[in-house]
Parts: sequence; structure tokens; C-alpha cells
Amino acid sequence: MADLTTTFLGITSPNPFWLASAPPTDKEYNVRRAFEAGWGGVVWKTLGSEGPPIVNVNGPRYGVVYGADRRVLGINNIELITDRDLYTNLEEITRVKKDYPDRAMIVSLMVPCEEEAWKAILPLVEETGADGIELNFGCPHGMAERGMGSAVGQVPEYITMVTAWCKQYYSKPVIVKLTPNITDIRNPARAAFKGNADAVSLINTINSITSVNLDAMSPEPMIDGKGTHGGYCGPAVKPIAMNMVAEIARDPETRGKPISGIGGVTTWRDAAEFMALGAGNVQVCTAAMTYGFRIVQEMISGLSDWMDQKGYQRTSDFIGKAVPNVTDWQYLNLNYVAKAKIDQDACIKCGRCYAACEDTSHQAISMSADRVFTVMDDECVACNLCVDVCPVQDCITMVPMQPGQVDPRTGKVVQKEYANWTTHPNNPGAVAAE
Amino acid sequence: MPTSLTPGIAPGRLPADQVAANFADLQPPLDGHEAAVAADRCYFCHDAPCVTACPTSIDIPMFIRQIATGTPEAAAKTILEQNILGGMCARVCPTEDLCEQACVRETAEGKPVEIGRLQRFATDTIMAKQGHPFTRAAPTGKRIAVVGAGPAGLSCAHRLAMLGHDVTIYEGRAKPGGLNEFGIAAYKSTNDFAAREVDWLLGIGGIRIEVGQTLGREISVEGLKADHDAVFLAIGLGGVNALSAVGEDIQGVADAVDFIGVLRQADDLTELPVGRNVVVIGGGMTAVDAAVQSKLLGADSVTIAYRRGQDQMSASRYEQILAQSKGVRILTNVQPVSIHGADAVSEIVFEQTATVDGKLTGTGEQITLPADQIFKAIGQTFIGDVPVAVEHGKIAVTGPGRTSVAGVWAGGDCASGGDDLTVTAVAEGRDAALDIHATLMGGN
Repeated sequence: MADLTTTFLGITSPNPFWLASAPPTDKEYNVRRAFEAGWGGVVWKTLGSEGPPIVNVNGPRYGVVYGADRRVLGINNIELITDRDLYTNLEEITRVKKDYPDRAMIVSLMVPCEEEAWKAILPLVEETGADGIELNFGCPHGMAERGMGSAVGQVPEYITMVTAWCKQYYSKPVIVKLTPNITDIRNPARAAFKGNADAVSLINTINSITSVNLDAMSPEPMIDGKGTHGGYCGPAVKPIAMNMVAEIARDPETRGKPISGIGGVTTWRDAAEFMALGAGNVQVCTAAMTYGFRIVQEMISGLSDWMDQKGYQRTSDFIGKAVPNVTDWQYLNLNYVAKAKIDQDACIKCGRCYAACEDTSHQAISMSADRVFTVMDDECVACNLCVDVCPVQDCITMVPMQPGQVDPRTGKVVQKEYANWTTHPNNPGAVAAE
Repeated sequence: MPTSLTPGIAPGRLPADQVAANFADLQPPLDGHEAAVAADRCYFCHDAPCVTACPTSIDIPMFIRQIATGTPEAAAKTILEQNILGGMCARVCPTEDLCEQACVRETAEGKPVEIGRLQRFATDTIMAKQGHPFTRAAPTGKRIAVVGAGPAGLSCAHRLAMLGHDVTIYEGRAKPGGLNEFGIAAYKSTNDFAAREVDWLLGIGGIRIEVGQTLGREISVEGLKADHDAVFLAIGLGGVNALSAVGEDIQGVADAVDFIGVLRQADDLTELPVGRNVVVIGGGMTAVDAAVQSKLLGADSVTIAYRRGQDQMSASRYEQILAQSKGVRILTNVQPVSIHGADAVSEIVFEQTATVDGKLTGTGEQITLPADQIFKAIGQTFIGDVPVAVEHGKIAVTGPGRTSVAGVWAGGDCASGGDDLTVTAVAEGRDAALDIHATLMGGN
């Protein structure tokens, strides 16, 4: 059986599944339950400066986007950082870490962008015995209005500055949690590492309005007739998060730097995908909030089974393995030609491929009177839309053409050699092929 | 107190609460969440096979999408535009042989989208609202006579009224509804649904119903033609085929359709007598409806006796399984020879049959079943003296219900073609209405 033990920034946990800094990690009671359920580590819900506790709204703080059968596809929230006393949190962190020395315990922090504020809190965190800290530069609601959270994460100079303070006043690993609410994720990541961060974690939540109450004419969640934008998370954000992780993993300036992957991880497969794209571990929140802590057992068994099938002994065997295959469009092989093929035995004759192709694509599927759907190779550009909308798995597949065959659409012979846009004759800026 | 084992024909074999439970909705209605989940299974097929399979061509993917997006009343309008009796059809259509058989998820998983139950969800929702969803066109001044207030007649009348014509329906019985009211199992039309649906349908306005008006007695086609711009005949099948068995006249032998009609009109089912040992002769939906309801009233043993193999029964497979699940025995390849009894029937003798060279013949081997009530359900026949051409025992029609006589249309079970289904009758009534409209208004 594969060994799921994962070491991230020198912190070893029995598996790569950590709970993200969020409501599930707000207090000792929840975190103990999480560790009993089998989670490899937690990032404790964000602590703020000493003083009067944070105040939350007393109305709904979560909104939701549903799929079929009320399946939760995404949740947004307007909850702020911990609203409990700083010292209560610190005492609980100390106790729990002592009782679970084999689990990762990271403390999330968000204090004003002043050196004194960080200098004050970091020694207190150091005393808890926690394994590291995560800087919350990501929350897009509430705290950002006070110059914290994503307001910091959107200014690379601030990221570098605060990270450097933390490295100066704290001895253990510093993870910088990034906001996705920016145009190019590579800039804040570079800024974090410029400040000597040990790792970045991403993504934090995405600014969002999940729904509008059409009776009250207010965004949800609605507080006394009004709503505000909240942070979106859950399965719906996973594609966005994975792209951002991959961008940092393949950026020449940050390539190979540790990343903790966050954003819609719901199953073992999601975790494996993030890790293949360069995440050293993953953090989970929405899935736990939807189903409870027990889901980690599926993640453990699933990842382990998959690793056994693939012959991976430890997680480091596959972490980052997909990164070399993430490239720019201009480097994709334009000599690769595929055609859609419909397995007539598997086809249930719903005609969705036909409607999609006929109405919205390339008119490359024919339909007979008795509902036989056939791809016309001389029209098919291999766009994959028919595969995407077909309700039957593997009924429609993309079959590559072999070199030497003639593509009936273009009349050209399929070439064996790789050739991309940079050398294409239609590209005004093409460079001569070597 | 009688029980299931009390000999003869007796009422009150089961306690009232048991009878009430037995005759509750065969399939409970979907609630809002169940409907959303069921609707989500629809793939919104291109040129969907379910629509092709529906005799009324309801845009099924569209109405299901309308349910899925939280607008069941819009869904109901999509249904009712094509089939004004969509509420009843949702309850009685053999969907397993029509839309749901054609559903691609039946192909894929053997589990179709629950189109019938979704249709009921939508139509129940709109019918629970005040008012009628359709409005009439400007008055045309045309007057049309519809004979028969069954599904075909009601469908035709509603469409004609919508188009601005004034309609009078002449109905022989004391109550409109036809087989919806008198001819289907009670557990498919609970809470007086058939009558409520007729009241709701009449909400369009412009339709008058005159009951107690039977063709050949109070009214005639010639008379109606003289007083109206067009006549639509939807008089159903008034006759019942006879057994060719000795003893058919003994007390305790009855027509299944009469038993069902009495049952449907009964105020208190515990007062309705039923035999201890009931034998139903036939293989169609009427046989199943009579047999199952006999069982539900408390008969001890109920047997459907059919002369051919089970796969040749015209009752759908679903109905056969329903009957068997209620404890009805289906005995096949037997034909009645004689019925015995002194004052009342006591037993029935069958001869086993075999198909030899494509022809059904008796084998000579006999079976005797105890029986104190026997229902005949071997088909209904057209009886009516009408001055229009008749073929194969039904009114001959071409296209959208045109008879051999100009100005007279026909549809439903009394007309040639079709398959004796409610939904088909609705389609024929609707299409005849459109043709009548086109004919009367032609040139405008």
C-alpha cells in the first residue's frame, strides 16, 4: 500500500489532506474531531490582533450555487476571521498540537500592515508549538475594506514587506495565502518568494454574488434586505484554482517553489490533480462543510488505491508530474489531427451531439431518419464539444489520425513532425524552422 | 361481518380503512423536490423520441425543462396546448409503451425519465390555481354539435371553443367524462379527478353540455346537422362482446365495463358487492382494471383467464405486473366452454388452447375453476345507427376524422384507426376540431 506520508516545508503529516483556514478550524472542538477523523493537518482559522474580538453579522453568512438534486457546487461566505479571543485560540492551539504531534498545525494570521502588529503577534504564535504560519492575504470580503486580507494580496509590494517581517520575527515556515482576485497570479507569488516566503497557498475565495433574491431584489445571502459580495469556493472554483497553481508551478521565477493547493478539492482525484500540477499538498474546506469530516477517509483510500495502481510509492513520486505538460497555446502541435468517432453500439440516440454541432459548431454530424448520428470527417475540426455534451461515457471519442493519412477536411497529409504556431506560415511573426 | 372467504357475492369483505388504502393513488404525486430531481434526468434530446412516441406530440423535453427551472405552470401550458386532458393522460397513459419506452434513458439504463409523473406534477399545479389558462378567440358565430362527452368529444369541444366557436356537447349518460368517468380503475382517478378535470376544461367558456341525449333516441345526426354548422361524433363503443359459452345468462355473470362503471360511481366502496372467487375473461386493460379492483374490494381469489399467451395480452406489461403484484392470477391459453350454477354461478369450465398453424384451437383438455362472479372483458363493439359509412365495425374516417358525409367528423374509439387509448382520442378530437375550423372558416 502506498505511503501517503507527506512532508511539506519540513512538516510531516500522515497524509497530504489538510483542512484550510476556515470555519471548520475555528476552535479546539472542531480540530480535535478533524484529527480523529484522520485529517493530516489543519490551518487554524485566521487570528487577528489582540483587542476587542471581531464582530460577525447575525444573519446568514453563506450563499450557495446548486447543481442537480441540490448538490452543492459552490458556496460563498461573508464570515470574517475568528471572532473569538486571541488568547483562547492560542491556548487551544497549544493543547491540540501537544495532543496530536504527528499532525500539521499551521496558524493563519491577519493583522494590520504595520510592523509592530506582526512583531506583537508572532512570538505568541511561536509559543504555541504550531508548525508554521499562513498569512491570510486573500479574504475578499469585510476585512479587505479595512486594508487587510485581499487588499494586501492585491499589492505585491505589501506582500513582500509583510512576508519579510514574518520571516524576521518568526522562526518556522511562513506560507503566504494568495487571493485569486487579481489579473496575473504570478506577480503576488513572485512577491511572496521575494520576501522569503517558504511557500504560497492558493486560492483563497473568489469575489462573488451567488444569487439574487428576485422577490426582495437583493443579493444572497441577504441581511435585512441587503447583500454584499462574498468569497466563492467549492467544486465550481477548482478549474480556476488549478490554472493558478499551474501558472506558478511553471513560471521560471517560481518553478519548484512549494505550493499548497486549495480550491474545490472534494475527492481524492481532485487532490491528485492539484498535486500533479505542482501542489505539495492540498487544503480542503467546502467538501468538509458539505459532508462532514469523514470524507477524508475516501480521500485516503482513493489516493492510496490510485497510487498503488500507478506504482507510486510516495506522494513525491507524482507531485508536479503534469507541470512539464502545461504549456502555452503557441507551443501546441498544429500537426496533430483528430476526428470524433461515435460508437454506435453505445449511442442511446439522444441527439445532443447533433444539436450542439449543428447549432453551435461545425455542422459535422449527420442525422438519419432512424436517428443514427455519424461524424462527417470532412467537416469535423475535433473541437470535442460532442464528447463534452454526450451523456454516455466513452460513446464519442477523439481518434488521432496517423501520419501519412489525408485529412478529408483540409485535403492535407497528416505530418509526423511536431510544428507549432511560432513557425506557422500564417504567423506574421513566425521564426524560421530550425 | 363478511370476509374474503365468505361464499357468494357480498359487500364489505374488507374494513373501510383497508378499502380506502387500497383505492388510494396508485402512484403518489411527486412533491416539488422529487419533481426537480426527476426532471433533471431529462437529457433534452434533439428531436426527442418521446415526443414522436406521444400520440398528442407534447413537447416533453420542453415541459420537463420548465419544471426543472421552477415554472411548473409554464410546463403545464406546454402540455395542455397539445393535450387538454393532460392531467388524466398523466394518470392513465400506458407511458411504458409510449413516451417512457422511447426515452433514451430507458435505452441507456432501463430507467426512463418519469414523464407521466412529471406531467401530473405540472398539470396538478396549474389545475390547483383559480381560472383557466387559455382564452377564446373572437366569436365566429359558428355552432358545432359534439356527440359524446368522453375524451375525444371534450378535446374537440375545447379546441373549437378556443377557436371562437360555440359548442354543444350531447351526452347520453347523466354525467360527462366518458371512460375517464366510468371506465378506468378508481386508483388512477382519485378524488373525483375525472369530474374535476371536466369542470376545469369547461372553464374555457362557450361549451354547453346536454346530458341524457343519446344518438338514435333523443337526437339524430340529421337533426344535429340541420341545427349546427358541423357535427363531431365521439360516441365510443357502446356494446360488449358476448362469450360463446353455455351458461352466460346465469346470475353472477356480468360485463366488466358495467362493474367498473358502478364501482366508479359508488359513494361507499364497502357497500359494493364482490365475489369470493372472481374470474375475469379477457386480456386487455379492462380485464386488469376489473380484476385488480375485485381483489382490492376483498375477493379471495381473482383470476384473469386469457385465451392466448401472456405476451399477446393487450394490457401492457406494466399492467400485467400490477395485477400480479396485487395477487391476481393470470391464467393463459384457456377459452371458456361453459358456466355452471343453480341459482347463481358456481364454476366455470375452460378448455386449454394452442396455436396450430397460426390458428387458435382447443386441445380438448379442460380446467374447472370455482367462480361466484364472472366478468366478461373480451372487447367492446361499436353500436350506433349512423348515416355515415362504417368499416370493420367502426365509423370510417380519413385524415383528421372526416366521415363519408360532408359536415360530419368522428374521432375516439368509435372511429376507424387509432388504438382505443385516451391519449389517442384526445389527439383525434383536437385534430378534427382544427379541420372543422379550417373547413368552416376556409376562404377567410
